[in-house]
Amino acid sequence: MMEVQPILATLRHHKLIAALLALLVALTCGIVCNVAFMIQRQAALVRLPSGVAENELVTIESVSLGHDRNAVVQHKADLAALRALPEVRNAAVVAGLPLSGSGWSMGVPTGPESESPVDASAYYGSPGELATLGLKLVAGRDFRADEYVPLDRSHGVAGLDRVPAAIITRALAERLWPGQNPLGKAIYPGKGAARIVGVVDRLLRPNADSGSDNYLSMLLPMLPNDRDVTYVLRTAPQDRARVLKQASAALSRLDDDRVLMNKQTFSQMRAAYFQSNHRMIGLLLASALGLLFVAALGITGLANFWVQQRTRSIGIRRALGATRGNILNYFQTENFLIVTVGVVLGVLLAIGLNLLLMSHYQLPRLPLWYLPVGAIALWVLGQLAVLAPALRASHVPPVVATRSV
Amino acid sequence: MLGYYVDLAWRSLKRTPILTALMVLAIGLGIGASMTMITVLHVMSGDPAPGLSSKLFVPMLDPRPVLEPGEKQYGINGTPDGFTWPDALNLLQASRADRQVVMAQGVVSVRPRRADLHPFFVHSEYATSQFFAMFGVPFRAGGGWTAGQDRERARVVVLNSKLDHKLFGNATGIGRTVRLHNTDFRVIGVLDDWNPQPIFYHQARHGVYGERDQVFMPLQTAMELKYPINGHFSCWGDGNDSYESPDCTWAQFWVELDDPVKVLAYQRFLDGYLGAQHAHGRFPRDARPRLFGMMDWLMHEDLIPGNLKMQMWLAIGFLIVCMLSVVALLLAKFLRRSGEISVRRALGARRRDIFTQFGIESAAIGAAGGLLGLAVAELGLWSVRHGPGGYATLATMDLPMVVGTVVLAIVASLLAGLLPAWRACLVQPALQLKVQ
Repeated sequence: MMEVQPILATLRHHKLIAALLALLVALTCGIVCNVAFMIQRQAALVRLPSGVAENELVTIESVSLGHDRNAVVQHKADLAALRALPEVRNAAVVAGLPLSGSGWSMGVPTGPESESPVDASAYYGSPGELATLGLKLVAGRDFRADEYVPLDRSHGVAGLDRVPAAIITRALAERLWPGQNPLGKAIYPGKGAARIVGVVDRLLRPNADSGSDNYLSMLLPMLPNDRDVTYVLRTAPQDRARVLKQASAALSRLDDDRVLMNKQTFSQMRAAYFQSNHRMIGLLLASALGLLFVAALGITGLANFWVQQRTRSIGIRRALGATRGNILNYFQTENFLIVTVGVVLGVLLAIGLNLLLMSHYQLPRLPLWYLPVGAIALWVLGQLAVLAPALRASHVPPVVATRSV
Repeated sequence: MLGYYVDLAWRSLKRTPILTALMVLAIGLGIGASMTMITVLHVMSGDPAPGLSSKLFVPMLDPRPVLEPGEKQYGINGTPDGFTWPDALNLLQASRADRQVVMAQGVVSVRPRRADLHPFFVHSEYATSQFFAMFGVPFRAGGGWTAGQDRERARVVVLNSKLDHKLFGNATGIGRTVRLHNTDFRVIGVLDDWNPQPIFYHQARHGVYGERDQVFMPLQTAMELKYPINGHFSCWGDGNDSYESPDCTWAQFWVELDDPVKVLAYQRFLDGYLGAQHAHGRFPRDARPRLFGMMDWLMHEDLIPGNLKMQMWLAIGFLIVCMLSVVALLLAKFLRRSGEISVRRALGARRRDIFTQFGIESAAIGAAGGLLGLAVAELGLWSVRHGPGGYATLATMDLPMVVGTVVLAIVASLLAGLLPAWRACLVQPALQLKVQ
C-alpha cells in the first residue's frame, strides 16, 4: 500500500468529481443491496417444494351443474372411469391442492375448549389421496377406509365435527407439540377429537408466500361432496399430456352437464402460481445488472478523465523515479478511498431504503450480511472499472514531463 | 450562432464515438426503464369513462359497529366494502339523484343448447335498471330492463357481443332464451363493444382490469335465485348472513349528479338519512356520509398494486444512477477540452456562449438517448403485454407518452449537463494557454 497522504491532498483539489463518484457508488450500493435481498426472497419462494410428486400429477377441476345428482356417487363413478384409463397409476378426488391458490384453512385447537395456536390448511379427498399425491409419510400410517366420513357440505360441513383422524405435516406437529411425538395426540378441527395417525414430511399450503407458515397443513379423512372438486391423476411424466386429454374426454362422456376447468399438469399449476414472481426476479436481476453496469461506466469515465488531466504530473513522477507499479497503485488506491466513502454512505442508504420498504411493502429487515457483501461487490467493481485507465496511466512515459503537449 | 453550436456539438461527438455511445446507452436504458413503468401506471390510472366521470359519484355510509380495541378493520381503506341491502334499497327508492344504481358481481354457468358447446362460466353483473343509461353503455340490439322488471324479478338478460356471438352466431339472440345455472332467461339486449379500463364499477380493493362481464341481469332476480356474489361480503353481529340483512355490506351504490348544486343537495340528503336512521338505533359510529367523485373513488380504492409502484420507484432509482453516470462522463468529456475552451474564450467567446455550446451538446446526447429510450420502453411494454395481470393488454404508448419520453430524456440530460457545462465555462482563458 502506498502513502495515502498525497492522494488525499490531490483529492482536496477535485472535491466535486470525488463527491460525484462517491454519490454514484452510494446510490448503487444502497439500491443493489435491497434489490439483491428481494431477488433472494423471490427465488426462495419459487423454489419451495410442495411435497407432492410434482412431475407425475395432472389435475382437472370439475364443477357439476346438474343439482339432482348425488355428488359422492358421481365422484365414485368418475374415479372408476379415470382409473380404467391405461396410463393412470392412481387417481383421487380432492378439495384443494398446494399452489392452487384457493383453499380452506382453520384453527387447530389441541383441546376441546382451547384456543388454536395457529391456523392450518385442511386438505381432504377420497381414499388413496396420500398415495396419489405421492406424499412422504415419516411416521404413522395412511387413513383406514372406515375412518372416512362424508364432508356433508349441505349441513354446514358437519363432517368436520365427526372426523376421527388426521395426518399432519412435520411442521405443524412441531408447532403444536414441540419436541414431542404427535402420534396419538388429538386436534379439534370441529367439535370432536381427531387423533393424529400419521405425519408427512412436507405438504405446502394452497397459498405459499414469503412467510414461515407455508407447511402448516393437514389431511382429513373426509369425502368431498362438493359440486366443485378436483380430480388428481398420477402417471408417468411423459404420459401427462395424453392422460389429461383422455381423462377430460372420459369425464365429459360420463356426464356433460359440468364445466371442466384448469386441465393442467402440476408443473403448469406451479408455473402459473409463480408467474409474476418469476417476472419479478427477471426484472430485479436486470435492474441490478443494469445499475452495476451503468455505475461502472461512470467510474471508468471519471478515471479516464483524471488520467488524461494528470498526464503531465504522471510524467513528472515517472521522471522522478516512480515505477509503473507506483502509478497503477496510486490510481487504484485513490479509487479505493473514494469507493469506501461511497460504500459507507451506501450502507446507510441501504438501511434507509429497507426501512422505507418495510413500512410500505411488508418487507422484512435486510439481513446484515448483505451490507458487507454489497460493499465488497462495489470495491471489486470500482477496482475493475479503474483498471484500464490506471494501466494507461502507468504507461505514460517519463519523457512526457519534458514535453509541452 | 445556434447552427454553429450544433455543428460544434456534432463534431465533438463524432470525435469520441465510444464515449458518446456509452452516454446515449446510459440515458436510453434509464429513460426506457422509467418510461415503461410510467406508461403502465399512466394507462392504469386513466379515466375509464371520459365525459361521464365528472357526473358519477359513490356515496359511502358506515353502518358498522364501533371498533373494539384490537379488532381488525375490514373494508376498503377505512370505508366499508359497500352498502347493506336495506340502505341501498332506501336510497334507490328515494331516487334523489338524477340516476342511481345498485349492483354486485358474480359468476354464472352458461348451459348452451348447442351440442357442440360444453357448459362454461362467465362473469355476470347484477344491477338495477338505470345501470345502462347511467354508465352510457352502448347497445347493438335491444336494450336494458325497466324498473318494473326489477321489481318483478324478471328473468331477462343482456349479453355482451362476444357471448351473443358465441351462443347465437351472427344472428342476435334477442327474444331467445339462454340457460344460466338452472333458470331460463330471455335475451332482451346485446351490447356493442364496451369494456372500460379499469372496470370502474366493480367492487375492488385494487383496480380490476381485463375482460369481465358478459351477462347483465336485474339484481333482484339474482338475489331471488340466490346467485353467489363475488367480492367482499362482510357481516357483523349475530344476525343472519343473508343478502337482505341490515348487518352485511356488499352492495355497491352509485349515483349520477349532473351539477355541483345537486352534489351539495345530495350530501345534505345523505346527512338527513343518517339522522333518520339514528332514530332506529343504527349507524353507531356516527361517521358523516361521504360522497366520492368517481376519480376520487378510484384513487381511494388504490388502483395500482403495490409491486407495480415499487417497480416504478426502482426504475426511477435506476434513472438517477444513469444520469449521475452521464454527469460524470460529460464532465470528463467537457473538461478534457479545456484547451479548446480557453482558446475560444481568448478569442472573445463569453462564458454564456461556452455554456450554451455545451448545453446544446448535452441536449443532442439527450435526444439520441431519448430515441434509444423509446426503443427500450417499447421493448419493455412488449414484455409487459406478454406477462400476467389484466392490465397487460393496456400497456401501449400513446402520442403524448412518446413525446414525453423524448422530452424527459432531453430535460434529464440538460440537467446532467448543467454542472459539467458550468465547470467548463469557469475555465480561465489565459491560464490554460500558459500551461499548454
